[in-house]
Amino acid sequence: MAAKKSQQFDPVETLNAIEEKFEMVQVLNEEGVIVNEEADPKLSDEELQELMSRMVYTRILDQRSISLNRQGRLGFYAPTAGQEASQLASHFALEKDDFILPGYRDVPQLIWHGWPLHQAFLFSRGHFMGNQMPEGLNILPPQIIIGAQYIQAAGVALGMQKRKKESVAITYTGDGGSSQGDFYEGINFAGAFRAPAIFIVQNNQYAISTPRELQTSAKTIAQKAVAAGIPGVLVDGMDPLAVYAVTRDARERAVKGDGPTLIETLCYRYGPHTMAGDDPTRYRTSDIDSEWEKKDPLVRFRKYLEAKGLWNEEKENEVIERAKDEIKTAIKKADSAPKQTVTNLLEIMYEDVPFNVQEQLEIYKAKESK
Amino acid sequence: MAQMTMVQAITDALRLELQNDENVLIFGEDVGNNGGVFRATEGLQKEFGEDRVFDTPLAESGIGGLAIGLALQGFRPVPEIQFFGFVYEVMDSISGQLARMRFRSGGSLNAPVTIRSPFGGGVHTPEMHADSLELLMTSQPGLKVVVPSTPYDAKGLLISSIRDNDPVIFLEHLKLYRSGRQEVPEESYTIPLGKADIKREGKDISIIAYGAMVQESLKAAEELEKEGYSAEVIDLRTIQPLDIETLVASVEKTGRAMVVQEAQKQAGIAANVVAEIMDRAILSLEAPVLRVAAPDSIFPFSQAEQVWLPNSKDIVETAKKVLTF
Repeated sequence: MAAKKSQQFDPVETLNAIEEKFEMVQVLNEEGVIVNEEADPKLSDEELQELMSRMVYTRILDQRSISLNRQGRLGFYAPTAGQEASQLASHFALEKDDFILPGYRDVPQLIWHGWPLHQAFLFSRGHFMGNQMPEGLNILPPQIIIGAQYIQAAGVALGMQKRKKESVAITYTGDGGSSQGDFYEGINFAGAFRAPAIFIVQNNQYAISTPRELQTSAKTIAQKAVAAGIPGVLVDGMDPLAVYAVTRDARERAVKGDGPTLIETLCYRYGPHTMAGDDPTRYRTSDIDSEWEKKDPLVRFRKYLEAKGLWNEEKENEVIERAKDEIKTAIKKADSAPKQTVTNLLEIMYEDVPFNVQEQLEIYKAKESK
Repeated sequence: MAQMTMVQAITDALRLELQNDENVLIFGEDVGNNGGVFRATEGLQKEFGEDRVFDTPLAESGIGGLAIGLALQGFRPVPEIQFFGFVYEVMDSISGQLARMRFRSGGSLNAPVTIRSPFGGGVHTPEMHADSLELLMTSQPGLKVVVPSTPYDAKGLLISSIRDNDPVIFLEHLKLYRSGRQEVPEESYTIPLGKADIKREGKDISIIAYGAMVQESLKAAEELEKEGYSAEVIDLRTIQPLDIETLVASVEKTGRAMVVQEAQKQAGIAANVVAEIMDRAILSLEAPVLRVAAPDSIFPFSQAEQVWLPNSKDIVETAKKVLTF
């Protein structure tokens, strides 16, 4: 017997109706033209220039980091090119008191929040001093376990609410991360407590090699917000103005007490997953690469600013030179860090050192002072 | 016979078992088209199709739960956890569910799942990629835990693990994946689980190790030989259950023993071996059974790992204490 469709409720239709609602927000198109006046965040000229500077700087940092890694002068590194709008424009909407819980690719946001560059390099080299957070800097070291930061963000946000702070917790993961249990728990907990959190999924299309289509049958990741009863937004992650606008709105809602938002930024990583042997040609074609390169966030933002007379080659070169200088200085500073010892590691294990660790500390102190 | 690295021997074992039993399924993160981040499943999806070798959404807990469900449908799942440091994400599926399936069904249901996972230090990975967390598995009744140290052993042990009707955790040391080649038969063969292997015969001291520490122990044995000591090196191969018979026979012969583990001292695989020897062979012992292990910190930030990891020098040093007691 064929199943009879209920007149009152057609779940397939409901799903389709919801999925259709999640249209991608775009402000600046690939040609650098504003296509959505209403959503334009209307940043000041100085702010626009500052955001562009950060994006250019970060692109250079990415190129230098890759080459330093190849020379063996950096360790773990997850390339960021292609994700500048997603990372930096979302960060641009934050205040200093906001707390960032990053994934491992989110080093740029941490740097612009105040993580000294030489510490980011020490982190990459696997040196504990990289992760020692300067006083007053509201960040965690890059999270290695995919999605673990999501549920912690709900906790930080709830703490802020209890302390009556006018700040937010913001956390980042990728399309792969949205499959983890922690993702669902994070958005649901924050929603249940109406905690001031912003959950960003940087959908760069691949979780290492696994394409986005294999992660979920949902048409968008943004729509997963519906199940948690919180607002969800799908945004062009290659468009700095759109990313800024939706993050700023999410922040305003959160600070007002209206709870968390889930933001999916559609973007792309041009490079490999990390510098540890991933070969993107095994899972992506150069056609896909060039399709996304046409959407490049720097290219479209440059066009937009040039048309407004706010940007030129001279300004760009100035940023590039500054970035190169600062990277050089930071690498030197990282080079001058004392050699890490096992003694160091044992010392940071506990505040109140137990017997076994104390005993081993003595052994390693003697060994390593030779 | 063919010369194979350990990772090639593992791929070979997986291929043979996919051929041997249509119920064998391989899945996990990036194991399909990409062939796994270490290429352990290279070419398998192409050869056997997406129906039998497939990528999952990114969720270790999901991979564990899926394996249990598929086992209940008569499949023989061989999931991969991309790095064993990610095992915390799937602890309930493994220890809370998989290990108990047989028990909680009164012995009526099997869960023939083999979870493969790379682990181990010395290759400069970021946090949570290198930790030796095998104690989490050996302390859970209901599981068997296998840690091969050579390409030959890896192939035979993996085939046995897949054919075993109880859940097996199969841990592959990162440093051993490509560190050496060995003659490995091209045909299928098995090595029984729960059987240790004497990797070097000796009569003065039994050095008991597993995983990457077997190579270090063999190096140490060579050093000791130069100084006139004959060391026997036992590779546990299966750390749960232990091969008590081989251990006791060796200790009865040598009268002295030590245990080497890459894990922190407080993660007591070695402590368990020492206790078993005390229980069963104390009257054969001429000296206390000592341990070589890593210090009790979190697995180090990569820059310090070479000093942190136990090595052949540490083994020689401790061996001499036991030998001269």
